[in-house]
Amino acid sequence: MTVEQIVSEGKDQFPIGMRVLAVDDDPTCLLLLGTLLRRCQYHVTTTSQAKTALKMLRENKNKFDLVISDVHMPDMDGFKLLEHVGLEMDLPVIMLSANGDTKLVMKGITHGACDYLLKPVRIEELQNIWQHVVRRKKKDRCNSGSKDKPHPDSGEAAGIGNVDNNGKLNKKRKDQNEDEDDERDENGHDNEDPSAQKKPRVVWSVELHRKFVAAVNQLGIDKAVPKKILELMNVEKLTRENVASHLQKFRLYLKRISCVANQQANMAAALGTADSAYLRMGSLNGLGNFHTLAGSDQLHNAAFRSFPPSGVLGRLNTPAGLGIRGLPSPGTIQLGHVQNSGNPTNDLSKLQSFVPGNHNTNILQGMPMSLELDRLQHNKNVGHIGELPTTDSMTVFPGSGNLVDARITGFSNNQLLGVTSNSLMLEGSSQQATSHTSVSAIGFQNGNALSDFTSIAPASNQLQDSKAGSQGQASPINCNAGQIIRSAPQEWNAPRKDAPYQSHASINSSIPINGAMIQLGQCLDRNNSIFHRTTDLDSVGPLNFVDPLSIKHSEGDNSIMEPSVIEKEGYLMFQPRPHGSHVPDNIGSLEDLASAMMKQEGGCNGYSLRTSI
Amino acid sequence: MDFVNQLQRKFIDYSSSLHREGIVDDQFTQLRKLEDENSPHFVMEVASLFFEDCEKLINNMAIALEQKQGVDFKQIDECIHQLKGSSSSIGAMRVKNACIAFRSFSDAQNREGCLRCLQQLSHEYSLLKNKLQTLFVVSVASRYLYVCLLMVGRENEHAEPFSDVLVFQLEQQIVAAGGSIPRVH
Repeated sequence: MTVEQIVSEGKDQFPIGMRVLAVDDDPTCLLLLGTLLRRCQYHVTTTSQAKTALKMLRENKNKFDLVISDVHMPDMDGFKLLEHVGLEMDLPVIMLSANGDTKLVMKGITHGACDYLLKPVRIEELQNIWQHVVRRKKKDRCNSGSKDKPHPDSGEAAGIGNVDNNGKLNKKRKDQNEDEDDERDENGHDNEDPSAQKKPRVVWSVELHRKFVAAVNQLGIDKAVPKKILELMNVEKLTRENVASHLQKFRLYLKRISCVANQQANMAAALGTADSAYLRMGSLNGLGNFHTLAGSDQLHNAAFRSFPPSGVLGRLNTPAGLGIRGLPSPGTIQLGHVQNSGNPTNDLSKLQSFVPGNHNTNILQGMPMSLELDRLQHNKNVGHIGELPTTDSMTVFPGSGNLVDARITGFSNNQLLGVTSNSLMLEGSSQQATSHTSVSAIGFQNGNALSDFTSIAPASNQLQDSKAGSQGQASPINCNAGQIIRSAPQEWNAPRKDAPYQSHASINSSIPINGAMIQLGQCLDRNNSIFHRTTDLDSVGPLNFVDPLSIKHSEGDNSIMEPSVIEKEGYLMFQPRPHGSHVPDNIGSLEDLASAMMKQEGGCNGYSLRTSI
Repeated sequence: MDFVNQLQRKFIDYSSSLHREGIVDDQFTQLRKLEDENSPHFVMEVASLFFEDCEKLINNMAIALEQKQGVDFKQIDECIHQLKGSSSSIGAMRVKNACIAFRSFSDAQNREGCLRCLQQLSHEYSLLKNKLQTLFVVSVASRYLYVCLLMVGRENEHAEPFSDVLVFQLEQQIVAAGGSIPRVH
């Protein structure tokens, strides 16, 4: 089935055909999970390696609708995979574990899992997982809906709100012109987005921003007033308010970068101590923030919000001189409120624009932007924003537009900033067609990010590999069977009809019983054509004895039906006598029967499946 | 055909005894339900995967417990966890319970206790394996038996015991059990 077929099928009869990626290192569970999911009529890809799963996802984000992953995996922690997926692809992820500790479940939730299932997983639970996909799609639609929403100027408001160390931004937000839409309001509000959207949101694309800057330059930064800028820009659907807020941010940004040099020394001293504490908090919040970035979990936001800005932030605030209202002197403001945002808000844009320049020197300059989310996890990764373009202010803003566009709602520290920008870039890029332009426009990137972003394409046979892998897992027996057929010694004494029969017979005779069971079954599968002369044993029904045997008899090949032939073929584990008349009436205990069969095989070598190879 | 009846009955009895003895639980029943025409050997496949996995894990744990330098209880814990997961997925109740008991000793870092538990676990595993294998053998064999009997009866004119009447009886039984009869040309 091609992907296109699947996609179209999936869309038509959702949830049927929903594409699920299942990850579990335990082959038993993986096979079971895959089978159960297929029984629910989903389209399933299985893999036992988290890294393979990530590769597949990165290869094509739209290939899957949902990911189910085990928690305990050798190559990568399930929670880590969860974060990656949430950040990079923003797909719903369901965790699976044999361990149902409350702590673990909580961890799953905070990392952004949509659900947490316990093993053994039952089909009833799997039948409802499609709800997570629908829920997310709905949120997506509302979030990125119309592009005319007012630019989150409220980001600024949020920043202001952050000033008072309370993480409360709601109040302050209302002070601003725009009231942020619900989607932006991921402050722990339990908002499943209402379908009604209040205001269109403005996306400050590269083009738009360029026009803006051009207008500002033309007017002169001092004389640039929103109204005039608006006129000069001559863009439809842009309101004075949009321009005003954008202008305010622009001004702050300019101030900040111009003051960077002056502030560095001060900041270094002031923030030196704050740093470590900050980092710690960052790490604490980090995971939650990743969540926020993904914008997927309200609960998470609430939890996140519960982290009170510590005294650290207070300290950060002071040197920053947070007077976000109006234009505080140094560009420290941004840093202050960036770090202080205990509440996830959409200061995303703000943060993006105003990379903490006044933060520690090291941080500012030495931040390679990296899309390697692994690294982002580390505390060292403070604010990997990348080189701030000091000269080209324009490059910063378009990014903010894009970033706002994405569903990131807030973050509280530089780490997140870095992560945010990365993920935002990815998200924003993916959400807009202007993927590369927006990425490049942001100017945060170094070759690293871009290359990561664009070159995340592993071989196209990844999927096939994983499929092969999963198939391999699901039926290792097939391989075994094949090998056994080749290597089994010939012990059957009866005259052979032809080679295939021969090998089957020998399989029966020499393979240990459990192996025989499997191989036999598989042989039957594989050698239909051979068997069909007498019967299509492959179609012999399921394990339950009473189930129908859908045997397809061949067209009357009578010669085959001689009992002696049957005997030679050795289809049966026990030897039917000629004319079938010697079937014992009393089969005794089943175990005796089984062992009798095994004895007839001429002595099996024990019960190991593998050793028969 | 009395023989077929007997076999059928034995099969059912045997599989209920597995449930009664707690060797398998409801999850195993669910697994059986997943079998159909498309995946007729599903339970066998899963069971063999499980056997492989289980043996490997038991081996690893045995080796870990043998370490003179010091037992890596963390590794043992991981093994137990995985085994618990797969045994519960397949419905191997006693194996799973053995894992749970094992875990408490592993948490307490009690080497002696762990060794005992490992032995118990091994024992439960062997028991399960034997029982399941028997089940498989009989079910597959009986299917073949039926097929053979049917074919012999149908196609071999010289087979006296298998007159059409007998074949018809067989078919009746199958239909009564809810199955369908393949059409033979």
